[in-house]
Amino acid sequence: MGILKTFALGGIHPKENKLSANAAIETLAIPKQAFIPMGQNLGAPSKPVVKRGDKVKTGQLLAEAGGFISTPIHSPVSGTIFKIDNILNSSGYKQPGIIINVEGDEWEESIDRTEEINSNIDYSSQEIIDKVKKSGLVGMGGATFPTYVKLMPPPGNTAEYLIINGVECEPYLTSDHRLMLEKGKEIIIGTQLLMKALKVTKAIIGIENNKPDAINHMTELVKGKEGISIMPLKVQYPQGGEKQLIKAAVNREVPSGKLPIAVGCVVQNVGTAFAIYEAVQKNKPLFERVVTVTGKAVKKPSNFLVRIGTPIKELIDAAEGLPENTGKIINGGPMMGKAINSTEIPIVKGSSGILLMENEESHRETESPCIRCSKCTYVCPMGLEPFLLSKVSKLGKFDIAEEEMIMDCIECGSCQYTCPANIPLLDYLRLGKNKTGAIIRSRGKTG
Amino acid sequence: MNMFTISGSPHVKSDESTKKIMYGVVIAMMPAMLVSIYFFGLQAVRVLFLAVLASLFFEWVIQKYLIKGPVTLMDGSALVTGILLAFNVPSNLPAWMIIIGALVAIGMAKMSFGGLGKNIFNPALVARVFLLVSFPVQMTSWPKPQPITEGLADVITGPTPLGIIKEGLGAGKTMSELKPEIPTYMQDFTGQMGGSMGEVSAIALILGGIYMLWKKIITWHIPVSMLATVAIFSGILWGINPEHYADPMFHMLTGGMLLGAIFMATDMVSSPMTNIGQLVFGFGVGLLTILIRIWGAYPEGVSFAILLMNAVVPLINKGFKPKRFGVKPAVTIKS
Repeated sequence: MGILKTFALGGIHPKENKLSANAAIETLAIPKQAFIPMGQNLGAPSKPVVKRGDKVKTGQLLAEAGGFISTPIHSPVSGTIFKIDNILNSSGYKQPGIIINVEGDEWEESIDRTEEINSNIDYSSQEIIDKVKKSGLVGMGGATFPTYVKLMPPPGNTAEYLIINGVECEPYLTSDHRLMLEKGKEIIIGTQLLMKALKVTKAIIGIENNKPDAINHMTELVKGKEGISIMPLKVQYPQGGEKQLIKAAVNREVPSGKLPIAVGCVVQNVGTAFAIYEAVQKNKPLFERVVTVTGKAVKKPSNFLVRIGTPIKELIDAAEGLPENTGKIINGGPMMGKAINSTEIPIVKGSSGILLMENEESHRETESPCIRCSKCTYVCPMGLEPFLLSKVSKLGKFDIAEEEMIMDCIECGSCQYTCPANIPLLDYLRLGKNKTGAIIRSRGKTG
Repeated sequence: MNMFTISGSPHVKSDESTKKIMYGVVIAMMPAMLVSIYFFGLQAVRVLFLAVLASLFFEWVIQKYLIKGPVTLMDGSALVTGILLAFNVPSNLPAWMIIIGALVAIGMAKMSFGGLGKNIFNPALVARVFLLVSFPVQMTSWPKPQPITEGLADVITGPTPLGIIKEGLGAGKTMSELKPEIPTYMQDFTGQMGGSMGEVSAIALILGGIYMLWKKIITWHIPVSMLATVAIFSGILWGINPEHYADPMFHMLTGGMLLGAIFMATDMVSSPMTNIGQLVFGFGVGLLTILIRIWGAYPEGVSFAILLMNAVVPLINKGFKPKRFGVKPAVTIKS
């Protein structure tokens, strides 16, 4: 293999700890009750269309899109609507949601439940987009941006490349890795559907070089598939970031403040490609996904196929229980995931993993003075100066923060990971981004 | 009921720490330290010991009784300052002057600015310059390096190569006339030249530099840009009149050039934050050094040059931003 491609600026290489890489995907039992928060996508929350006492089937529409940047939600189980109330969402906050008492598992008749692979992709672009929209698909990598919006480039923009994100640069997580190994054919068909929807002729599936089995498997599968290529990438975090992946794959830089489509690229996660296959070929809306359950003390690090709405404690039980010395539960990976305070929190469309951290590794070390070593600047994949941004954010100087491009921060955490003085840089950057963003919005969109 | 920690991401941390960086610098200084002990014997041990102890002492006193904040002696920063101070003085400097040096370095240059990370100037260099202007005689009587293997002879003092050149050229001699008086490059390399304790051996300093590059404590930008500037600038002058100007190799190997380029100018706290800024900084230091060495009143100019450039670091930081993702041109220069 020649020199592997990667992105140009910054980056780190945290310990990979892919403990569950060899654990085949297991289907998890359906819970007794499913908890379905209405806010499962980036953008407006969905609006319930069922009421208390209604009988629902698996795959039936529960809630419709609450706006343009929003998605419908389908029932992950069959049973009776128990309550429409405020429930815990994936971050541990109360939010409107639906609780369903599970009775059996009766699916909507329209869903094709056979294992047979359907490779007939004779649809128009609009047909695919409509299907994707109707099926409630969101970006499965964690950003949960409604997928159909990405498939409709704004006027004046055309897509040239479809980039499928199989990077999975977060340590510990393996759900995408397993999906590529076990559902590779479906992912390729999903990719072809995406290409058709976007009217592009070139697709690149980017996979980091720490997954040689997935690279080989996928390379085998794309043989003869016109326009699709597999690109092994050098292991470097945060390569799964859209802008970094585009830079690595096609050497284009998305201009500051712009979307990938500005450089003719659309990025979709492999999980999303799989979901698209299921939505279009099997008529199956998005109501289950693969979730990694892992951690150094976890007895059986696993990858589960889970219904949305399953409380995470069911997943933890299936991985042989919560380790005694668990100090922190993370919804997602260790670099960008959210710490949560309860095991009652349900799996949502964007849940990629549950990481249980031991007590000893759960606490931050004491902060000491900045020694101006510049390491945060060297590792920043966006070419920002985290030490400066955190300082001006702390001081409330958001005009300087804006000038120093704080809004370009992708919150990857590389700066804080690297900081020798244990300064919680990203905490301050988030604060600064939040406030600066509010100021920019209050100014109105003036270009 | 389990209680779980809630904190923002990231939830993992590299094993980088301030301590690790500081002790990494100490390890990098080991070769030069050993060479200084080899050539200056027990006197060197005395200076090192005193400088380090006094630096730690003043850090402790100020943190505990003046600032009344946490005492952070173990972070290694005062240790580094102490060793660098020892490197910057002649081995026969009286003890009380060393102690004053430590007080200036820690008290004046570091703590009065707010402690670790907040000082504008390199503490050890502030002390060196303070001592140089306060006690010019003691600070410029350099013991001649004598390997300890040759016994503990009486200390003979002599001028530094830069001093010889400065005085000789000033008296109207030519470079070829001065040649027999100055050490050979080989002697500069191994450390057989007059000078401050830590600056005599080029090879030991370069070893330390390589270690720090390998451990990513420093980047190449400052040393390379500083030495390249010195080489080019002194090379041009030498090309114009080799009888009146020393050659570039001489400038690179003598005085505090390598000590400055590798250990002093690269000080994280007082140098610029971006690679481009560091190149500019190194260029400034190199240029000022040669200007002072050739046209200034002092034979040596590295310390002054670094301190002068330290003062403009905030401006460099403002003017030279990193390459931003998705922004052209590559360099953003603001007024």
